[in-house]
Amino acid sequence: MDVQFFVTWLEEVASVVQTQRDHLTQLDAAIGDADHGANLDRGFTAVRQALADTPPDTPGAALVLAGSTLIRRVGGASGPLYGTAFRQMGKTLGDAPEVSLAELSTALDAALAGVQKLGAAVEGDKTMVDALAPAVRALAGAVQDGAKPADAIAAAAEAAAEGARATIPLQARKGRASYLGSRSAGHEDPGAASTALILGALRTAGSR
Amino acid sequence: MVGIVLISHSAPLAEEVAELACQIGGREAPIAAAGGTDDGGLGTSITKVADAVAAVDRGQGVVLLFDLGSAVLTAKTYLDEHPHAGVHLADAPFVEGAIAALVASAAGANAKAVTAAAEEARVVGKL
Repeated sequence: MDVQFFVTWLEEVASVVQTQRDHLTQLDAAIGDADHGANLDRGFTAVRQALADTPPDTPGAALVLAGSTLIRRVGGASGPLYGTAFRQMGKTLGDAPEVSLAELSTALDAALAGVQKLGAAVEGDKTMVDALAPAVRALAGAVQDGAKPADAIAAAAEAAAEGARATIPLQARKGRASYLGSRSAGHEDPGAASTALILGALRTAGSR
Repeated sequence: MVGIVLISHSAPLAEEVAELACQIGGREAPIAAAGGTDDGGLGTSITKVADAVAAVDRGQGVVLLFDLGSAVLTAKTYLDEHPHAGVHLADAPFVEGAIAALVASAAGANAKAVTAAAEEARVVGKL
């Protein structure tokens, strides 16, 4: 996977976030402050622009640029969280021109660690960690089993989608929804839903 | 004196808490509001936080206070991106902590003591 793969992924994320903007905002309206779709759309639109303005040379540079842009431009909690996730991935990959599946797996693990260090959420708190952690495990497992890259990435994307759906009955213990207590149950977590979209876009980028 | 930065989702909220703190603690200690997004909406901006820290830094340390959600994450991310031994995060109630911090700073306390003053505001009863 070269820099073009990662740029394609980030552009695909921008495109799917734009398409799903209203859906994400509706999820956030139920248990948050109804800005998740708009915030992420603004952030990834800025990422697309930044990638066009200063084309990165390496996968790591593309991801660090995306993360820094999200931190500066999103405005909501998802900015620092996704920004940290992408920056940690980028820093882990360093300046290598090509990334193996095992390296991608290590980088995604670093993204999860960064998100958990910043937000202090664990699985079951009804946050993006509920989608990201199963995806990290699925990808690592697929690498272990010697899966083909496309199959491994598909497994990670599916694990994220399942993790997001599994947040529906949970009661939130972190983030804005936690103020709602038991009223947060019965709704899919918007952060887990957007994480599933982002990992779904990785599968789309891989099939290009 | 130690600088104080108030990070909130809302620009008017941050500014009014700063004003309230100044009415009680005086206008000697530097305090700055970093509220709202860059385009004036509800949310937080790391650029505003960086500008506010620069505005109140007199070389004796800066203490950041925050309200909730992205304000907390933005403060932590700012410190992660700009590691600075003189910048401290205060895990404190926003209004009471701001007042306690400003009073402590105006009295000449160091950054550690200003942070502690803000955090002690959590356990001061009101009734």
